[in-house]
Amino acid sequence: MKVRAQTSMVFHLDKCIGCHTCSIACKNIWTDRPGCDYMWWNNVETKPGTGYPTLWEDQEKYRGGWELRGERVRLRLHGRAKGLANIFYNPFLPSLDEYYEPWSYRYDDLTNAPPGKDQPVARPVSMITGGETKIEAGPNWDDDLGGSGIYAAGDVNLAALTEGERQQLFSLERLVFFHLPRICNHCLNPGCAAACPTGAIYKRGEDGIVLVSQEKCRAWRMCVSGCPYKKVYYNWGTGKSEKCILCYPRQETGQAPACFHSCVGRIRYLGILLYDADRIREMAARPDHELVEAQLRLILDPSNREVLAKAREDGVHEAILEAARRSPVYRFVKEWRLALPLHPGFRTLPMLFYVPPLLPVVATVERDKYDLDGDPFGDPATGRLPIRYFAALLAAGNEEPVKAAYRKLLAVRLHRRSETVGDVAPEVLERALATAGSCMGEAEDIYRLTTLAGFRERHVVPPFMREMAIEAAADPQKRKGETGTGFSRPPKRGW
Amino acid sequence: MDDSILFVMFPYCAVILAVIGGVYRYYADRFSYSSLSSQLLENRTLFWGAIPWHYGIVPVLLAHLAALIVPGWWGVLLGDPIRLAVLELAGMSLGFMALAGIVILIARRLLHPRVRAVTSVMDWLLTALLLLQVSLGVHIAFTYRWGSLWYHHTAVPWLRSLATLLPDAAPIVHLPAAVRAHMVIGFVIILLFPFTRLAHVFSFPLRYLWRPWQIVLWNRRFHPRRQKGRAGNGNHEPAP
Ligand code: SF4
Ligand code: SF4
Repeated sequence: MKVRAQTSMVFHLDKCIGCHTCSIACKNIWTDRPGCDYMWWNNVETKPGTGYPTLWEDQEKYRGGWELRGERVRLRLHGRAKGLANIFYNPFLPSLDEYYEPWSYRYDDLTNAPPGKDQPVARPVSMITGGETKIEAGPNWDDDLGGSGIYAAGDVNLAALTEGERQQLFSLERLVFFHLPRICNHCLNPGCAAACPTGAIYKRGEDGIVLVSQEKCRAWRMCVSGCPYKKVYYNWGTGKSEKCILCYPRQETGQAPACFHSCVGRIRYLGILLYDADRIREMAARPDHELVEAQLRLILDPSNREVLAKAREDGVHEAILEAARRSPVYRFVKEWRLALPLHPGFRTLPMLFYVPPLLPVVATVERDKYDLDGDPFGDPATGRLPIRYFAALLAAGNEEPVKAAYRKLLAVRLHRRSETVGDVAPEVLERALATAGSCMGEAEDIYRLTTLAGFRERHVVPPFMREMAIEAAADPQKRKGETGTGFSRPPKRGW
Repeated sequence: MDDSILFVMFPYCAVILAVIGGVYRYYADRFSYSSLSSQLLENRTLFWGAIPWHYGIVPVLLAHLAALIVPGWWGVLLGDPIRLAVLELAGMSLGFMALAGIVILIARRLLHPRVRAVTSVMDWLLTALLLLQVSLGVHIAFTYRWGSLWYHHTAVPWLRSLATLLPDAAPIVHLPAAVRAHMVIGFVIILLFPFTRLAHVFSFPLRYLWRPWQIVLWNRRFHPRRQKGRAGNGNHEPAP
């Protein structure tokens, strides 16, 4: 056993209102520069939909993540020698058109246009060439099911449904969607890091944040393909790849990541998970239907003495262990098993987890009337988004963990209804709790953390004390004459 | 111009400047080391340019180098007429491949607006020089047959004399003008290595063949097993 700590997030999808505030906060802080203009380290997708970049989930097309070969996993993109052979041309790199060509408008024209018969208009210009452009796609082109005939219908996860179910999904009365905010998952078995020929991508020992070393990156752009979530982006200006840094400069001073901090729906929970780094490869190589369970097995109990002792020996700081004990993420993921990893089938062991949304599952149409209390496990003809869709999205096709999460969510809902409205028969509530394997106390805890938790309960990560890490703990003579603690040059293009 | 300036002084200056420039850039501005790929901006034409270019030019360059570094073996290799013919043919076709590649790459830079937007003056200079150099190379290969043989008896002794600090331009002074131009431009390109994106040649990541899949770095000093390590960045941990 080798214990390491991972900063990890839970997204409660029922609470996401799809406002994109998170994306904007992130953009304003990190990617508002030429070369990054097309990047959205945080983006919010409408599901069903093809997402950004288009069809990112289709690994036949993009070759991201790992695949099972016998007992072991190997990169879907390339073996070592092939990686070097393809270095001049990466056959699976998405082109900019699969994201979108970033644009702005010639706003000056509105005020500077000479007098004329027509109103002046601000024409769109490409942010790469500066020339006029035709806007053909954007990062949220299919927001709220816009153009769903093309985009939603192309959703890779719909392959799990029958033809009939797919047809139904797009009949007007049944249209259903939910939002899926996505950032880098800071995986335990990152495909991006493995695909990088130079080894420029590393995982931080203290908190598991995955970073691209800007000084080592040589623009071989294999990471872009290696990441199945397409969360490494190539900066066309500087010739360096960049990705979500989980706002580590903010976290190091005790602040929450910008996306977290600005989240209007308060859907995000940030906490520490302890895991066994010795079993990463083994757990990544379990068969598909065991992957969710395998990932849970990697996550260690932060109140177990043996784990704690080993963690200290392996250099995990006391403050981090303390945070791990109070981790909201641990509760959602391991204790309650409500939050599931996104596409565990890509085998990168992603460390962001999603509480599946109840609404698109339980809302049914019966006798032309909406019913928000439908039975998600009942007749697939009346239910809206079948469980199988979520199984494809969050459990590598295994319906069991998804059903278990839904049973619990429903039980919590009944519990609260009986508390506040009081029209639930006690035996109905008891049955619901029993089938969910839960109890009143747990239901109440889930309810509290879901709805009432304040900032300090949702964000449980200690400040990282970089000043301790470098200045105070190091021999002062050693750093004499040096300056800065990291990358501090202007990000201008190379010679 | 005086031969000793072009074929003795200039090569030394070029190499010295390249080494100083490269070392300086590596330590002062490591961030700028990049191949500056433009594949994201344009994907299709690049395939027809970058692949023939790299797979053509790299073996040709390696052959130039091999003859220089191990002339003995090269001589043996050339000893057999069949091997010589194969070598000649391979060299010519690879040269053609590289030529076609660089032409396509230049056309792509000219014609594709997104790629043109990220092309610097240095890029234009460099690609133009490379085009000139490869065209000269192919021209020489066709007009003065059996290049692998006479290269062995002219350029190799000259370059080795430079390398051993006993410069002697005599073996090459009587070569045709095209060949001599090829040599001078070669050194101009060497000079340009650290000052252009050519620097990426030196970051070819051979280490990928054996490096661990996952790299873990610690910032912290208090990591008990690493107390003795350096402060700050760079504490590696072997990956699982
Ligand atoms: S999600 Fe993040 S850590 Fe995982 S493979 Fe992609 S970029 Fe790497
Ligand atoms: S800010 Fe929060 S609620 Fe709004 S889209 Fe982002 S995750 Fe959803």
